[in-house]
Amino acid sequence: MTVHTQGATPVAEEPPPGEPEPTDGVSPSGPKDRGRRPENAAWLPYALIAPAVVSLLAFLGYPLIRNVVLSAQQLGRTEMISRTTVWTGLSNYTDLLKNDTFWTVTLRTFVFMAVNVVLIMVLGTLIGLLLNTLGSKMRLVLSLSLVMAWAMPIVASATVFRWLFDTQFGVMNWVMRGLGFAGYEQHNWFETGLSTLTIVTVMIVWASIPFVALNMYAGLTTISSELYEAARMDGASSVRLFRSVVFPMMKPFFLITTFLEIIWVFKAFAQIVALNGGGPDRASETLPVFAYVEGMAQMNFGTAAAASVLTILILLIAMSFYFRLILKQEEEQ
Amino acid sequence: MSHTGTVSTPGSVSTTGTVSTTGKVSDTLPVDKAAVRARRRRTLGKVWPNAVALLLVPVFLFPVYWMFSTSFKPSSEILTKTPTFLFTPTFEHYGTATGVDMFWTYVQNSLTVTIGAVLLALVVALAASFAIVRMRFRGRKGLVLAVMMAQMAPWEVMVIVMYLIARDAEMLNSIGFLTLIYFVMVLPFTIWTLRGFIAAVPKELEEAALIDGCSRTQAFFRVIFPLLAPGLMSTSLFGFITAWNEFAMVLVLNKESEAYTLPLWLTQFQSAFGNDWGATMAASSLFAVPVLLLFLFLQRRAVGGLSAGAVKG
Repeated sequence: MTVHTQGATPVAEEPPPGEPEPTDGVSPSGPKDRGRRPENAAWLPYALIAPAVVSLLAFLGYPLIRNVVLSAQQLGRTEMISRTTVWTGLSNYTDLLKNDTFWTVTLRTFVFMAVNVVLIMVLGTLIGLLLNTLGSKMRLVLSLSLVMAWAMPIVASATVFRWLFDTQFGVMNWVMRGLGFAGYEQHNWFETGLSTLTIVTVMIVWASIPFVALNMYAGLTTISSELYEAARMDGASSVRLFRSVVFPMMKPFFLITTFLEIIWVFKAFAQIVALNGGGPDRASETLPVFAYVEGMAQMNFGTAAAASVLTILILLIAMSFYFRLILKQEEEQ
Repeated sequence: MSHTGTVSTPGSVSTTGTVSTTGKVSDTLPVDKAAVRARRRRTLGKVWPNAVALLLVPVFLFPVYWMFSTSFKPSSEILTKTPTFLFTPTFEHYGTATGVDMFWTYVQNSLTVTIGAVLLALVVALAASFAIVRMRFRGRKGLVLAVMMAQMAPWEVMVIVMYLIARDAEMLNSIGFLTLIYFVMVLPFTIWTLRGFIAAVPKELEEAALIDGCSRTQAFFRVIFPLLAPGLMSTSLFGFITAWNEFAMVLVLNKESEAYTLPLWLTQFQSAFGNDWGATMAASSLFAVPVLLLFLFLQRRAVGGLSAGAVKG
């Protein structure tokens, strides 16, 4: 299988974290072990992990807690200047939940996420299957173009997409005119929130397909060719082959990748902000961007923190599925 | 499916890798009607995929190509209704982009935060992952889980609280503080990956060194560390890409231009330069080229490995 969290090459040799790992010889904490290596004191492992633990707690744990604390405060311009703390309990949350804009943004975020993930998964899978049927030269060419799209830094892509879809001189208006569409003389692609999010979607899907396609292909190469041949001999069509051979074997890959994409798209931030700042008129804001604008532009830090806590909670649901899948996969190895 | 059998070579499954044998088997079969039919279907089936691939290559390549091509185009040929594809290349836009006030400050800032974060993460992660793999202590399992979860930390959603924390600590517009945040961003992934690399070094090697009279520290630096070099290399390059591309934090924390990094500068470039798309694309290219090159170099490791989201945002 292709989906590993561990990263690179030595993945397979690595024991799963769920099981006790043999450390030093047979009886790891036995007296014999300690006798042989007196310098391996009991405090040594703690000293080794201390820097990592401390920095994670300070820069990740503390902000997460502070975020929750902040969401129970009223913190606007006045409080920022006078440096006072005003506790408001849950009123930031109740205000948010009563706010129509918040619900519009939430709905928008979910629709946006769903459209993106479906497009990424379907197109990515199809291109992965395509890679598997290509000859080696064509596959190299397609892979290289996929890698380029994958590697493009988000901020650079956003600048380029701004230019591709420029109102006056953008090449996309020229393409649309060339295809015979009317009204693309000076078409503003970023006119509405919907049109802006459509461009964001094109950009995200373009940049995310390579991850799915290349991993899909890498997974396909591990399915033995005899299986295909056997199914072919039995007269299976391509669709049937996918449904009965490829999909069942690649199911963990599909599940894990889908949840990863859900998480990634849900917290997409740079793409939206760099492309149009959440505009026009805040109409392309998704939850993370909403929290950012609410805080930095509107100076409602309490509300922003509450929105951010709610977003993190939604993300946690998706992550819990993802972690369960990963742990299950590690156990199976 | 049983993962065990197939997992052993995930790193070696490259995108450009070896030709799969699928579809070749029938050539060796005795020629009967079914085989002929199958072969015909396959010949036909070869045309279609290639045609689709030929259409897809420009789709994925075009934005990258357009970035570079615009950056080399004379200004008069950029602002045209009908795009030109053939032109005499010019470097003038690169001059404009690099000639911007403080451009080199941004480069320096970007390099400082990325290299600082990656080096710090390597040292801290090396210690932690060595303990995780080779030692037994209370809370080890919990630490592994925490590291795994920290890899998915929603940094983009935490920008507001980070801003307030930095403000309280008077760390706004601080390159050092940004470096520390980036260090913690890449740390979980670095631990997770190094853990795999350290586990791959046979314990027997270390034990042999110990028996030969090395101390545990010596054994680590003389035996394990050299073997980890390739792992350290690729891990740090992925960390480099993550920190180099980071946008949300620097956007919120560093409002003063002395503390900008390249991504922040790039997003402001357009508002500063208006319709100078040649210079904007030159700036984008300058920013993207290191990452594109690193990625080409790293793609073997990226595929089949990076599901933890270190590279993608």
